Amino acid sequence: MNPTMTPGEEKTIPQTRRESKDESREPVPNVQRSTLDPRPSTASTDTALTVRNLSVFFGDNHVLKSVSLDIAARAVTAIIGPSGCGKSTFLRALNRMHELVPEARMTGEIRLFGDDIYAPGIEPVIVRRRVGMVFQKSNPFPTMSINDNVTVGLRLNGLRDRKLLAERTEQSLRMAALWDEVKDRLHAAAISLSGGQQQRLCIARALAVQPEVLLMDEPASALDPLATSKIEDLILELKKDYTIVIVTHNMQQAARMSDFTAFFYLGDLVEFDTTRKIFTSPAKKQTEDYVTGRFG
Amino acid sequence: MQARGGSHFGDRAFQWLTLLMALSVFALIVLIGYELADGSRLALHKFGWHFLVSSDWDPVNEQFGAVPFIFGTLVSSLIALIIAVPISIATAVYLTELAPLWLRQPLIMFIELLAAVPSVILGLWGIFVMVPWLRDHLFPWLQNTLGFLPFFKGPIYGVSMLAGGIIVAIMIIPIITSVSREILRSVPGLQREAAYALGATRWEVTRIAVLSYAKKGLFGAVILGLGRALGETMAVTMVIGNRPEIAKSLFAPGYTLASVIANEFTEATTDTHLSALFEIGLVLLGVTVLVNALAQLLLKTFAGPGVKPQN
Repeated sequence: MNPTMTPGEEKTIPQTRRESKDESREPVPNVQRSTLDPRPSTASTDTALTVRNLSVFFGDNHVLKSVSLDIAARAVTAIIGPSGCGKSTFLRALNRMHELVPEARMTGEIRLFGDDIYAPGIEPVIVRRRVGMVFQKSNPFPTMSINDNVTVGLRLNGLRDRKLLAERTEQSLRMAALWDEVKDRLHAAAISLSGGQQQRLCIARALAVQPEVLLMDEPASALDPLATSKIEDLILELKKDYTIVIVTHNMQQAARMSDFTAFFYLGDLVEFDTTRKIFTSPAKKQTEDYVTGRFG
Repeated sequence: MQARGGSHFGDRAFQWLTLLMALSVFALIVLIGYELADGSRLALHKFGWHFLVSSDWDPVNEQFGAVPFIFGTLVSSLIALIIAVPISIATAVYLTELAPLWLRQPLIMFIELLAAVPSVILGLWGIFVMVPWLRDHLFPWLQNTLGFLPFFKGPIYGVSMLAGGIIVAIMIIPIITSVSREILRSVPGLQREAAYALGATRWEVTRIAVLSYAKKGLFGAVILGLGRALGETMAVTMVIGNRPEIAKSLFAPGYTLASVIANEFTEATTDTHLSALFEIGLVLLGVTVLVNALAQLLLKTFAGPGVKPQN
């Protein structure tokens, strides 16, 4: 479902997409506001993640500067901003992945449904099982089959029951809209899939462990338009059950898919509001310049 | 035009030059093979296939058979691999995945230093330090605990097949470690992140994302080590005991193909003896080629689908 279209227009959309592969798929960069009219926010009001005064440093480099925001549950929150603004770092701080950089440190507080994920005694391993992640480039495990890629997280958790594993595999692949394409070759190598399929496999892998939040770091930026639209449809489908935080460089994508948008610039959170507000009447001049393509 | 023509000629010349260099390696191998075969012509003629099945090595009565040496070479190399592979791969994993950054460079330096220790010095250390220690401590302990196995029965001299295997292990640890380290470093960070994002612990990340991705390359590293082990000469000669016999016990002395050439080449007075030593060299070359070919075959069939990083 494409949220910017009225129901009558929906049917014609896939075709025009296929025909205009060479052009960029939307009437892009210097967007008119009218083409970007985002979906109204239908999201629930409970909060999945509470971020308070989050600062992240890599060595002497102050990458995120005292960021505070609330991420709504069962909604899509988009993080936008020019390269180097700290949006990926912000995303990674939400499941402590930024700690893989040796000299990283943080101050502030992040609560996941009330639990302080940086509390002493909380292992990053536990946090990451509750907050899954999908990366910019698809990264299935190449030596594993499609099936094993989906179940690897469950098997790490000690799940051995074959029937249950098979159930979860089907369920996760269905949620990732990949089941019909791979159900006859679950034991084929994961790298035999196309790029878009591999990315959906990675989403299935993340979903299989049933995380509470799904982080996506530009999940469609390496894909062709058709594969991108599949991922976008998928995300809209997933937000019924999951809290999704997505970093994107693509303004249209943010406008189409998200309920809330946060605009970062040079490590500061410039503006955070409903996506409609950010794209139609942002409070800050900087935000307006960025979303209309005047800089960035 | 002029410049273009010139660079075109340069390209051509460069291509031919590199081709020539590549061919010279090939030519060198053929030449070595030919020289060995030529030198061993007398023994080949005199003993024929008997050379490869006979266990007699009696220069006085001019009876020559290569079996004890083939046995010694294979067994000492096998012992070396059994000891060196776990140590090397564990070290490589520690260096790439676990060690704090400040410790990595010094450790790598020490490993490279170990590779730089001349074989003969390692042999001297083997004779004066390692062998007495093995004889007085490790071997009796092994005999007490594992003595029910035929490998650990019989008298203990110190110099032995096991001592030879251990010294070869020490010599191949640096090469297997540094090649494995390069292989593990070439595993994309994105693979590790994929596992971390699933909530994997460090060990789990190493297992599912790093080792399985790198297994083909690691196998290659082991084969490289095996190649070294088969041809290792000086240090082994000094601790293996140099007795051409096939014993079940690893405490018994042994002899390797490389050692017998090194030991007897200067004292070979008869043409037959000299020629037999040449043939030993030919056999060593054959064993090395065969083991490598077998390993390549194994790599192709058992590794299945997967990614082999460049090595």
